[in-house]
Amino acid sequence: MRWVSPWRLQRMGILGMNCRNRDFIGSYNSRHLFPLVDDKLKTKLLAEEYELATPRLFFVVREQHEIAQIEKKLAGLDGFAVKPAKGSGGKGILVIIGRREDKFIKSSGVEITIEDIRRHMSNTLAGLYSLGGKSDMVIVEDLIQFDDSFDGYSYEGVPDIRIIVFKGYPVMAMLRLATHASDGKANLHQGAVGVGLDIATGRALRAVQFSKPVVLHPDTLRPLNEIAIANWRDMLLLASRCFDMTGLGYIGTDIVLDKVRGAQLLELNARPGLSIQVANGRGLLPRLRHIESLKPRAHRTPEQRVDYAMQTFSLD
Amino acid sequence: MKKPSRAPFYSIVIGLILLGLGTAWLRHTTMEIPFFSGEQRPVWLIEARVDFFANNEAVVAKLALPSDPPGFRTFTEQAASPGYGWAVIENNGTRRGEWTKRNASGPQTLYYKAQFVGEIDAGPVVPEEPPVPQEVIWDGPQATAAGQILAMALSTSSTPQSMTRELIKLLQNPSPDQNASLMLTAEPNMATLLEKLLNQAGIPARSAMGLYLEDARRHQSLTQMVEVFDGYEWVVFNPLTGQEGLPDNLLIWHRGDQSLLDVIGGSRSRISFSMIYQTVPALELARAQSVDSVFSVIGVQRLPIEEQGMFKLLFLLPLGALVVVFMRVIVGLKTSGTFMPILIALAFLQTSLGLGLFSFVSVVAFGLVLRTYLSRLNLLLVARIATLVVLVIFIISMLSLVGYQMGLNTGMTITFFPMIIIAWTIERMSILWEEEGPKQVLVQGGGSLLVAVMAYSLMQLQFIGHLTFNFPELNLVFLALIMLMGQYTGYKLSELRRFRAMIDDVQQDLQKAGDSK
Repeated sequence: MRWVSPWRLQRMGILGMNCRNRDFIGSYNSRHLFPLVDDKLKTKLLAEEYELATPRLFFVVREQHEIAQIEKKLAGLDGFAVKPAKGSGGKGILVIIGRREDKFIKSSGVEITIEDIRRHMSNTLAGLYSLGGKSDMVIVEDLIQFDDSFDGYSYEGVPDIRIIVFKGYPVMAMLRLATHASDGKANLHQGAVGVGLDIATGRALRAVQFSKPVVLHPDTLRPLNEIAIANWRDMLLLASRCFDMTGLGYIGTDIVLDKVRGAQLLELNARPGLSIQVANGRGLLPRLRHIESLKPRAHRTPEQRVDYAMQTFSLD
Repeated sequence: MKKPSRAPFYSIVIGLILLGLGTAWLRHTTMEIPFFSGEQRPVWLIEARVDFFANNEAVVAKLALPSDPPGFRTFTEQAASPGYGWAVIENNGTRRGEWTKRNASGPQTLYYKAQFVGEIDAGPVVPEEPPVPQEVIWDGPQATAAGQILAMALSTSSTPQSMTRELIKLLQNPSPDQNASLMLTAEPNMATLLEKLLNQAGIPARSAMGLYLEDARRHQSLTQMVEVFDGYEWVVFNPLTGQEGLPDNLLIWHRGDQSLLDVIGGSRSRISFSMIYQTVPALELARAQSVDSVFSVIGVQRLPIEEQGMFKLLFLLPLGALVVVFMRVIVGLKTSGTFMPILIALAFLQTSLGLGLFSFVSVVAFGLVLRTYLSRLNLLLVARIATLVVLVIFIISMLSLVGYQMGLNTGMTITFFPMIIIAWTIERMSILWEEEGPKQVLVQGGGSLLVAVMAYSLMQLQFIGHLTFNFPELNLVFLALIMLMGQYTGYKLSELRRFRAMIDDVQQDLQKAGDSK
C-alpha cells in the first residue's frame, strides 16, 4: 500500500476529480446544456440535425405498453443495441449480435429470450439505469459493424474511441477495447483495455488494463502498440464539431469506426472520466491550461482547431 | 473565461465563522451558557429557620427577604412549611415572605431556602432620587454631646465617607471621651447610633442587615451595617471596624428600619440562618436566567421539551454533513447514496453502535437475499422498491420481536432506521452486485458504514451534542467549512493511490529511455 505525493501528481499535470468538477465541468459546461448529452436520444437527434454521423436509430420505446409490441418491431433486425436514453457509465446497454431460432445472442455469446429483452426494457423505462432513477426511454439503434482494422483487438464488443474535447480542441484520446473481463463493455473500471492515442497521429502510446500497463490484448494476445487509427483527422473533426453542436466546453466524445459508414458518434459525456490520463501516461492539466490561455476565437472552425491541436499536442 | 474573484467568497466564509463564534461567545458571556456540559457553578444555599410558639390562633409570620442583594443573584427560592400558606409580597423595593395559617398551636418551625450565585461584580447602589436625611431628636444632654462629636468629626473630615470614618473612630476609641461615652450609654447599638448621628449631620444614612457567608455554618445571625449616601451612591460601612465597602462574602438580607421577623399569633419567635456552599450544573443556572436576554431568542431552550429533543438531533445533522463532505471530497471514499450515512448515524444514536451495526447489516443482507428472488418476478421498478419497503418493515419488526423475546429491550429501537432509505440501499446494492460484482458492494457498503460510524462517533460525543444544541449558531461554522471544502480542487486522498501505478510506470519508462540513450 503506497501513495504518491500530491506534488508529484501536480508536476505530472494530473487532473484530479475535484479540479475537474469545479474548474472545468463547473466552469465551462452550463447546466442547461446537460440534458443534450445526458439524454442520448436528444444527442442523436441533434447530431442528425448537425449532420454528424451517428448509428441509425431504429425505434424508441417511450411507454410501458409499447414493450408488448417490440417483437414485431424487432422482427427484421438481426443485430441491434438496446440503450437507456439517460443511462450513465455504460449501464443498461444490451447488444444483440444475432439470432438463433427464437433466441437472441448477446455480444458475449450468451443466449437470451425476448422476455429477457422485455424485462430489460421495462427496467430501463422505470429508471433503473438513469441518473437519480428518473423514468427513462429505450433507444434501439443499429449495431456497429466495426472496422477490420480492429480485428483481434476487441473481444465481444465494439472498440470505441474516447476523445476529450475542451473548448472545441481535442486534447487527449484513447481507444477502449472490450475484454472478456469487462463483459463486452468499454469501461475501463470494468476491465476494458485503454490504449492512449497520440493526438497528432492516432497511434498507440501505451495501454493499460485495471490501471496496469499491458502489451498484448489479454484475450486475443495481439500486440497493442501496433494500433494506428485510420482516418484519424476525420475522427478528431467529428469530435471537435460536437463542441459547436452542444456548446459544452468540456466533453468526452465516444466515437466508433464502422466498417461501412466510417466514424460514428456514439454518445457524449459531460463528465468524462479521468482514466484517460492513465491510458496516456500523462496528465490533462497542462493541455487544458494551454487551451485556456489561448485568445478567445483564436481558431474559428473545427478544422483550424483540430490542426492546431494536432500540432501542439504532438509527441514527436 | 475570466476567473471570478474569490474575495467575496472568502469574506462570506470568514463572516460566517466570525458570526458563529461571536454569537456563541456573546451568549456564553451574557447568558453564562457553559461551553462544557459538565461545568459546575458554585452557589450559596441559605436556609432561614423560624421557630416560634403558636398561641392556638390564626398565625401570620412575616420574614424580610433579600431583594437584589448587591454582588449576588437569586437562583432559586422556596419555602418549606407544611400546612402553611406562603406568599412573597413586594412593596416598593422590599420583599417580605408571609406564612399564614388559620390555626396553629405548639412549637412551629418554618423554613425559607434560597440559592444565591456569588462572584458577581457589585455595581454601585444608586437610588432613583437622592434620599433626604431623617430628622433626629435627642434628649437635652445627648443633643449637646452629639453636636460636639459631630463638630469634632466634621473638622477632621471632608466627605461623607471620611466623616463616617471619623465618627466611628471617635465612638470606638478605647478610651472614649465624655461625649462619646454619654452617647454610647444612651444608644448602645453602634450602628443605630452612627446612623442617627450621620442623619443629624445632614448625611443620609440607613442600616442594612447583612449575612456573612461561611461554608457549612449554622445558627448564623445577621450583622448590622450602615449604608451612607455620598451624594451619588450608598456606601456600606462596618460600624464596628470602620471598614468601607461591601465585603465579598456579605449578603445584604434586608434594609431599613423594618423588622426582620414579625410573628402575629405566636410568641418566643427566633430566627437562625445556616448555609452551605454547593455546586449546581452551570447549564441549569443559565437556563434559569435566560428570560430577559436578547440572545435567549436564538436558543431553543424555550421550546417545549418534545421539540427540544427533535432539535437536538436536527442540530447534529450539519456535523454529519460535514463528515460526509470531508470523506467524499478530501478522502474520496465511495459511499452508496450521498447522505445515507448521516441517516444511519442518526439511527445509531438511538440504537447504540454495536446493535445498530448488527441490525443494519443483517437487515440489508436479508433484504439482498429477498431482492434476488424479486428480480426473477420481473416487477416494475417502483413496485419493486415498494415491495422492498414493505419487506424491510417486516424484517425490522421481526428483529425487534426476536430481540424482545431474547430480553433485549434495545431491539425495539431499530425502528428508528430510515426504512425507505434502507429499501433503496438494498435495491442499489443488488444492482451493483449484478453489474459490478460483490466486491463493489463491499467497497461501497463498507464506505457508507465507515462514514456512518465516523459521523456517529462525533455526534455521540457529549460535548458536541451540548455545543450544537446550546449554541446552534456554531452550525454556521460548519456551514463555512463545508463551503470551503466545496472550493477544494486539490487531489483526493484516493487519487494519490489511483494514479500511483501510472506515475511509477511512466517514471520507469522514462528511465529506460534514458538508459538506452
